[in-house]
Amino acid sequence: MGDKERQATDSSGMDAAVLRGLTEPRYTRGQVLKAGAGGVGALGLTSLLSACGVSGTAKKVNAELGSKAWWAKQHKKGVLDFANWPLYIDTNHGKHPSLQQFTKQTGTKVNYFEVIQDNAPFYAQIAPTLQAGQSIGYDIVVMTDNTWQLTELMDINHWAIPLDHSQLPNFAKYAGSLVKSPHFDPGNKYTAAWQSGFTGIAYNPQQTGREITSVQDLFDPKFKGHVGMMSDNTELGSLGMLALGIDPATSTVADWHKAAKILTTQRHKGLVRQYYDQSYIKALEQGDTWITQAWSGDIYQANNSGYPHLKFVVPTEGVMIWTDNMLIPIHAQHPVDALSWINFYYQPKIAAEVADWVDYVTPVPAAKPILLHKDPAVGKSPLVFPTATIDAKVHQYYNYKNYKEFQTWNGIFNPIIQS
Amino acid sequence: MTLRERIAPYLLSLPTWLWLGLFFVVPMVTVLSVSLQTGNPDTGYALTWHFSEFWSVLKQYHVELLRSFEYGAISTLAAFVISYPMAYWIAFHGGRHKSTYLFIILLPFFVSFVIRTLSWQFILSDDGIVLGTLKNIGIVPRSTHVLSTPFAVIAGLTYNVLPFMILPLYVAIEKIDRSVIRAAHDLYAGSATAFMRVILPLSSAGIFAGFLLVFVTNVGDYVNAAILGGPGTTMIGNVIQTSYLENLDYPTASALSSILMAIMLFIIWLYARTFGTSAVEEALA
Repeated sequence: MGDKERQATDSSGMDAAVLRGLTEPRYTRGQVLKAGAGGVGALGLTSLLSACGVSGTAKKVNAELGSKAWWAKQHKKGVLDFANWPLYIDTNHGKHPSLQQFTKQTGTKVNYFEVIQDNAPFYAQIAPTLQAGQSIGYDIVVMTDNTWQLTELMDINHWAIPLDHSQLPNFAKYAGSLVKSPHFDPGNKYTAAWQSGFTGIAYNPQQTGREITSVQDLFDPKFKGHVGMMSDNTELGSLGMLALGIDPATSTVADWHKAAKILTTQRHKGLVRQYYDQSYIKALEQGDTWITQAWSGDIYQANNSGYPHLKFVVPTEGVMIWTDNMLIPIHAQHPVDALSWINFYYQPKIAAEVADWVDYVTPVPAAKPILLHKDPAVGKSPLVFPTATIDAKVHQYYNYKNYKEFQTWNGIFNPIIQS
Repeated sequence: MTLRERIAPYLLSLPTWLWLGLFFVVPMVTVLSVSLQTGNPDTGYALTWHFSEFWSVLKQYHVELLRSFEYGAISTLAAFVISYPMAYWIAFHGGRHKSTYLFIILLPFFVSFVIRTLSWQFILSDDGIVLGTLKNIGIVPRSTHVLSTPFAVIAGLTYNVLPFMILPLYVAIEKIDRSVIRAAHDLYAGSATAFMRVILPLSSAGIFAGFLLVFVTNVGDYVNAAILGGPGTTMIGNVIQTSYLENLDYPTASALSSILMAIMLFIIWLYARTFGTSAVEEALA
């Protein structure tokens, strides 16, 4: 490999892209050519192996990015590219009324992409492009707060553009206390909440034969072989800590080990049917599980689609709250339009429209009176507008401060799921 | 031979070599290299010849590794036992409808692999159409379940690879010269003897190919264990997938992939040496 080429590899960190590319079936032509050139031009195996050393993605902060001066230089472009999760916005015959109103009012055309299936794979998909200093083609992406990937985007790699709050008067006015200055993003420097949800317990009363109120019910030998737990390490570990009365947000490594111990016992006693991803909801509907860790919005939707008997509970020990957040990735082509949408969304009228359709916790409590009038079932639902009693039981996730912590957590909880 | 004629075959095979180089050799070397690196995605990885990674992943995941080979072996044998009579019957008694029967066997496999496995999950669920009915008429106890057991995973593995076993077997059995079998009978061989001493050895090329295709596919599979399995049926493919995509633990995933690949290559080499070449040559002789 020539010096010039090696230098190119080192400075651009293209090898990280190749590595990430390996984890995903998506190669760009440039990466493959570069990897090929590296392979063909190698002097010997050793040099080739060393060349495969991967430079990190952590970058120094670009102080100017997102500053007042920076924002003053940006202009409205009349286009917004918005990447979100599937079925996560109001939809009517394939159109999205809230986005249509935004276009009508501001003249900004919105390209809406339902491309995010999960945080880690989506991050793996966009990281090489961001690393290469290019735009990923989206002005807003939506990522969950209980993931390491959000920390990577915001705090480690500085791949999110700080928001200009002077352009977000509606956020200041209408954002609820749950989503204002969250622990993972003090002062909402980078993020504004899209929707939140609870991770609590769902059950089928016909099969449990009793009302479920506590996290301890997941450990009841009566439900042997019919308890559903989540395969997400963060969700699983957090539940273990709730069961022990530990607040996950302020937990220590010793607490993690304690939680892992009771979860291992639960597994060894044969209580756990399976560690599920999103498919937990089907297992509950089909009767494979009787009681399961669950996300609030799913149960609400199941109730309205042929499974009215399923119940969601906020356990006495507490409930985990997660928030999906809008953020503007670095190199976004239309940042002003993105801010303009965030501000537009935070009007109670618009937030109500979205909440009415997605049934998750809306970040705008002022949407409640509107929905009470328009769709009382949703307006009254404590899963869309949490009551004060629920608010008091809400717990935040542990916020991984660095990769080492993320690795430690996984090292403790992953063996419970996979062994 | 002119120079042009001599290099022509190499030039013609060049695309294949490039393809192999780009999509096999480079990823392989990268995987090997990453398994010897330490670091993290943010500060970067450096090649530190960290060989102990191999020991630590073996220590942590040897159960899953062994389980994968166990499930792979059982499902391969099961697929063989199911497929051979089927292939035999079609080849010898299929008459003019042979291709129709083969088509019927292949038909379900036009549907996506994941969809088929999910359908089994639906069919076998605790209160599903099979178990729910059996429970309601009181044939099996309420607590019975099939999903989340090793049986479900192995059955899924077996089902999903059936065509890969049936087709090579069919081709091999179909090719057998009928007069050889008649000759065996003329020499007073009973049906069983003729089968054991003539038909089975003559179809060994198909058996060899079928075993190889099915075993390699199944040992590395993770879909069946993820959809039909439960705690305690995790296969090594699941561990690798989680390490790569969820935990972003690239060295662990790479080390496990390398170990899996090395063991597979060794087994295949041993298999080919023991049964492969001699059996195939015998069949052709």
